[in-house]
Amino acid sequence: MSAVLQNLVNQPYKHGFVTEIESDIAPKGLNEDIIKLISTKKNEPAWMLDFRLQAYQHWLTMEEPKWPNVKYPKIDFQAISYYAAPKSKKKLNSMDEVDPELLRTFEKLGVPMHERAALAGVAVDVIFDSVSVATTYKQKLAEVGIIFCSISEAIQMHPELVRQYLGTVVPVGDNYYAALNSAVFTDGTFCFIPKGVKCPMDLSTYFRINTEESGQFERTLIVGEEGSSVSYLEGCTAPKFDTNQLHAAVVELVALDNADIKYSTVQNWYAGDENGLGGIYNFVTKRGLAKGVNSRISWTQVETGSAITWKYPSCILRGDNSVGEFYSVAVTNHYQQADTGTKMVHIGKNTRSTIVSKGISAGHSNNSYRGLVRIAPTAAGARNYSQCDSMLIGDKCGANTFPYIQVRNQEAKVEHEASTSKIGEDQLFYFAQRGIGSEEAVSMIINGFCKDVFQQLPMEFAVEATKLLGFKLEGSVG
Amino acid sequence: MIHQDSRTLLEVRGLRAVVNGIEILKGIDLTVRSGEVHAIMGTNGSGKSTFAKVLAGHSAYEVTGGSVIFEGHNLFDLKPEERARAGVFLAFQYPIEIPGVANSHFLRLAYNTVQEQRGQDELDPLEFDDFVREKMKLLEMNPDFLDRGVNEGFSGGEKKRNEILQMALLEPRVAILDETDSGLDIDALRIVTNGVNQLSTKDNAIILVTHYQRMLNYIVPDFVHVMHAGRIIKTGGKELALELETRGYDWVSAEQRAVAGA
Repeated sequence: MSAVLQNLVNQPYKHGFVTEIESDIAPKGLNEDIIKLISTKKNEPAWMLDFRLQAYQHWLTMEEPKWPNVKYPKIDFQAISYYAAPKSKKKLNSMDEVDPELLRTFEKLGVPMHERAALAGVAVDVIFDSVSVATTYKQKLAEVGIIFCSISEAIQMHPELVRQYLGTVVPVGDNYYAALNSAVFTDGTFCFIPKGVKCPMDLSTYFRINTEESGQFERTLIVGEEGSSVSYLEGCTAPKFDTNQLHAAVVELVALDNADIKYSTVQNWYAGDENGLGGIYNFVTKRGLAKGVNSRISWTQVETGSAITWKYPSCILRGDNSVGEFYSVAVTNHYQQADTGTKMVHIGKNTRSTIVSKGISAGHSNNSYRGLVRIAPTAAGARNYSQCDSMLIGDKCGANTFPYIQVRNQEAKVEHEASTSKIGEDQLFYFAQRGIGSEEAVSMIINGFCKDVFQQLPMEFAVEATKLLGFKLEGSVG
Repeated sequence: MIHQDSRTLLEVRGLRAVVNGIEILKGIDLTVRSGEVHAIMGTNGSGKSTFAKVLAGHSAYEVTGGSVIFEGHNLFDLKPEERARAGVFLAFQYPIEIPGVANSHFLRLAYNTVQEQRGQDELDPLEFDDFVREKMKLLEMNPDFLDRGVNEGFSGGEKKRNEILQMALLEPRVAILDETDSGLDIDALRIVTNGVNQLSTKDNAIILVTHYQRMLNYIVPDFVHVMHAGRIIKTGGKELALELETRGYDWVSAEQRAVAGA
């Protein structure tokens, strides 16, 4: 690997800084008292506490999954603080009331929210270390009956809705990290699109992990009633730390008859330094239930950060004619490890799913696609198309594809395609011979490689994602 | 065409180069002036393509001796992309495919990069579209080439046309065509060579690297050089190519050995 390639991937993390805002941190460790403390702090109804305690009981009986193709030291769950909240808990009515230090953080990240919100018409529900500090455009959304707020607020204001859907897609005992999340989640987002309403704008949440050694357990629940549609954007970035940070989020989507939910993520959490030290452990459970007929769940993700990514946004296609989609770009560099993919579970008749996965490995990283396509006996006429492409930059990284296909209906049609390619001297030489330097060349090759996925992103996000990939791979080629 | 007020564009002296520890170029001398067309011929493995890649700056080849002066500057002081911007062009024998990157995007980026270097105006996508369509007529290319991925799924002939299209856009001072004739049928050969001829001016020079005399029926060289074992062992006019076509290469190296032995 030439020096130019090396330089391209070895740029320092651009978002590494810590914002000094006083935090209210719970003592380290996990037990029923801590869970009760979280529930009390958040002023929750009794059923919510029961939900948490039930999850905790499940969690105690479970073991960390060993099957992912990732390696990391054992996590001491008793060494983590499960609650951190900025001390200023006053409800804010406008951006002017937001802590200027926090606003400066967003400036540094290049997310000037007020501008972004105003110019792009994006409603941003800001999550900053577990407590929502500002919500914009809520009024406008309320006019059409859309509820878009923090999950804590939803538990207070719309308990019947939350109770009806929470844990119905990802049950409390679903898996180790989901159980943990269900027990201790501190905040997240709730979004409810009523019958027949097409959400007039993209909904967006920017996550940011800030307190050292505070686990982040976000909970997101999006419900689309009959005939509704919504596009939801999630973007993340985190400051630089030496100690590993655990992140175990759960996202649940429910689409009723003819509803359409599109969920897009650009993830750029701290991945550790170039020697693999530090970085976020990202163990996420994301699942959508296409419950009604003709419903559609679409996941698009651009995963560039985290030391470890363990994430399989999935679709349960229960309604007849329902559609599931998964478009993914996963970039790993240095010593990053990613084991990511999707599950498409076909239950209803004539259900269709599409999987497009693009894995890019550079440095010493390891990038695995793991996907399951399951066709149930009931899923007559089901169809799936999967395409998994890997690209290697340099000769010290790895790429793996683990496709699992289970077909129990003879009328189903399942296709799987896979490819592996490499950015090498000859490609870069071709660009150079046309006057194009290696950084731009790599960026172009990568963006071409990811085109099918980027096309699925909302315009603004696509531009951001393109830039982000450029940053992440700067210095990797040479 | 050889003409009176020509300038020296490229001066190669005693050029040596190795790849994977094996010396391929063993002392090449060549002078190229503006307006000239040079053909470099020779058997497989004689070092023709290596010579082309070394001039363009491929990183797999290490220059171990000699010098190349390009328009008064030491060529080896320039990185590959700087050579390209300064006007050294290589039409590839095997152009790479870049899936997902629209040809129009790639061509415009290359064009604007070179324009910027020359202090000339860059073109926005709409302006460039008009500009490139005009150039494509020269090579009888279908406009749908612009929307396809760079060389993605192109036939051999289409790739070669795309190379010459890039030459037309970048207007190099020295264009090296590495076996541009290989893999072309008669019609494509006629179109491609016709394009090259139209791009040949008194201010630039063309170096054709080829096995066969065939292409030289269309692009008439001022000089024909025979390369053997990493050296140019014979130089003549266009008639030398015809002689090679009938007699093969062996007599040239035999002649050279005789001279060396004498």
